[in-house]
Amino acid sequence: MAAAAGALRRLVRCGPQQGLGRLLQPRSGIHGSAPAAVQVTVRDALNQALDEELERDEKVFLLGEEVAQYDGAYKISRGLWKKYGDKRIIDTPISEMGFTGIAVGAAMAGLRPICEFMTFNFSMQAIDQVINSAGKTLYMSAGMVPVPVVFRGPNGASAGVGAQHSQCFAAWYGHCPGLKVVSPWSSEDAKGLLKASVRDDNPVVMLENELMYGVPFEMSEEAQSKDFLVPIGKAKIERQGTHVTLVSHSRSVGHCLEAAAVLVKEGVECEVVNLRTIRPMDVESIEASVVKTNHLITVEGGWPQFGVGAEICARIMEGPAFNYLDAPAVRLTGADVPMPYAKVLEENCLPQVKDIIFAVKKTLNI
Amino acid sequence: MRKMLLAALSRVLQGPAAAARPVSRVVVASRNYADFTSEATFDIKKCDLHRLEEGPPVTAVLTREEGLHYYRTMQTIRRMELKSDQLYKQKIIRGFCHLYDGQEACCVGLEAAIKPTDHLITAYRAHGYAYTRGTSVREILAELTGRKGGCAKGKGGSMHMYAQNFYGGNGIVGAQVPLGAGIALACKYFGKDEICLTLYGDGAANQGQIFETYNMAALWKLPCIFICENNRYGMGTSVERAAASTDYYKRGDYIPGIRVDGMDILCVREATKFAAEHCRSGKGPMLMELQTYRYHGHSMSDPGISYRTREEIQEVRSKSDPITLLKDRMVNNSLSSVEELKEIDVEVRKEIEEAAQFATTDPEPPLEELGNHIYKNEPPFEVRGPSQWIKYKSVG
Repeated sequence: MAAAAGALRRLVRCGPQQGLGRLLQPRSGIHGSAPAAVQVTVRDALNQALDEELERDEKVFLLGEEVAQYDGAYKISRGLWKKYGDKRIIDTPISEMGFTGIAVGAAMAGLRPICEFMTFNFSMQAIDQVINSAGKTLYMSAGMVPVPVVFRGPNGASAGVGAQHSQCFAAWYGHCPGLKVVSPWSSEDAKGLLKASVRDDNPVVMLENELMYGVPFEMSEEAQSKDFLVPIGKAKIERQGTHVTLVSHSRSVGHCLEAAAVLVKEGVECEVVNLRTIRPMDVESIEASVVKTNHLITVEGGWPQFGVGAEICARIMEGPAFNYLDAPAVRLTGADVPMPYAKVLEENCLPQVKDIIFAVKKTLNI
Repeated sequence: MRKMLLAALSRVLQGPAAAARPVSRVVVASRNYADFTSEATFDIKKCDLHRLEEGPPVTAVLTREEGLHYYRTMQTIRRMELKSDQLYKQKIIRGFCHLYDGQEACCVGLEAAIKPTDHLITAYRAHGYAYTRGTSVREILAELTGRKGGCAKGKGGSMHMYAQNFYGGNGIVGAQVPLGAGIALACKYFGKDEICLTLYGDGAANQGQIFETYNMAALWKLPCIFICENNRYGMGTSVERAAASTDYYKRGDYIPGIRVDGMDILCVREATKFAAEHCRSGKGPMLMELQTYRYHGHSMSDPGISYRTREEIQEVRSKSDPITLLKDRMVNNSLSSVEELKEIDVEVRKEIEEAAQFATTDPEPPLEELGNHIYKNEPPFEVRGPSQWIKYKSVG
């Protein structure tokens, strides 16, 4: 019975990201209540989160390029300008350093801005405002000046957009004390983390992923509620396993689950940990998993050197889980090159499902 | 009764010369306040205008109370900065220390024209503003000496002092300008008729982010006064060597601007009142260039004489010192007397000495403070020290 329930849970978690769009309503048959789970794309989940938080608190507003009248470059803010108007949804000129500073100043003066970067690549032009103005001010002022701002937008590789539009900034922002950095994978992650970020009194960098925007996920009734929050700083076990721990964030979580689905046929049970938050990182959850499985593989889209995986490996070395490792920890990352354009090259610059499977077998020596 | 006793004492102390003194002197010495005028009107320099039909008035009324207050405030800042110079040379203040002496008329004049509910942000030459925005000399000096009694508990230092409606103290040249426009956006958003004074120097004036900010402030009609404190040198580079156009008040292009004599506190005050009115009426931003001068070098590590002559510094001191200008105006127009102002000097010196005493004896912050103020409103958590075995507790 427990095994069947477990299988059903895995089915619920694993299903939608393969893009089959199956409508799963596990509750109706089992619990006898009305079906409440629905399929929601990451885009719609973000849109709902923005709408709900704008409605909930008048101090919340959104600014960025094309967020208002264009409905958002990636349509995340669709319909919001029509509903909330010029005061709450502000189109900016192409002036990242300027409008990011404006967002940070507005936060210092008591508003709760959401500053959208069309992609995080452009945040590099404004990175001084994010780190030096937003990240450090609470500390420098000994608590006098909080900066409740959210920086959000697509991060990392897209499809065929070339080197200057494909960089992952998780390690860059994750490096800096004073910031919080979150990285959603599913719709539930996206909605809950965005809402939590807006309500957080600290500067939060939310790294979304353009390729995930159109992917539907099941969202439980609980996840659909206006007060559904995903706690910042807590990882989620997307799939229970016993043989190896796969730790990942953002789009790579889906690849880990795909790899797990293939490996299960060979009797290998992967535990898939969805970090959800890069900083502060939930190392305890990773440690607990490694203690159980004795094997660790990190998977990310960012470059290898000084990356998220490198940090996880270092932290595991320092903690109790080190003694439980039966093999060195392994990192799967983006290739150590700027992102090329040609499809075959680009594909091979990111960890694919086959790479994860290979790494699992290598680390388990099978 | 007290006045009569003082008068008598004064005559006794003056000795035989007392009889030879002109009557007015004796009257002043007796501290009879009825003999001071309550206010006087002064001609002030006409401001150069950019995209404006009319500018600030060319006369200003100064009341005795105002004059005494401005004098005391400027003198306090002057002595506080000189004390900081002393403490720095004794190595009691470390790191960066950018002093404001010479520029006092700017911060005091600005503050005289706005309300405490208005907002202000500036760069790193900020000690004067920390004071005018409400931080005590004690807390400023203790912050410079890195003690727990400092206004930022010793965690900020010279460039990072904050107060109510005063957002620092910012170390990155020019970064404070978009921040200031953001604060102005909040002023407009909240609709409470508040404005933001956003300051930067002649060096920062060439930063790209400032032009991005001009654009958005004008587009969105933000209630922001952009204020360029032009002290002629960006570190060691004179304005002629740094800017293709040194008409900083025109650099906002479509933003109306005024060029102001920054050494004359009344000029600064009237210009700021004019600009504040413009912003509060919803017309959008304005730009003010305050022509001022710093006696010290860029910072304490700059002697300040490799790129300018001692003669130039001396000339400004003798002809344009803001405190002397105010003093002369007041004394020559019976708003005060040399003696009265000297008394203020004595009081100020005492205040600075006491503050310095505090700043040099207050303990440094406890080590536990190292981890605090990473996040606001967060349950306590652990912060890593230099090794995995060293941890600090962090509370917001």
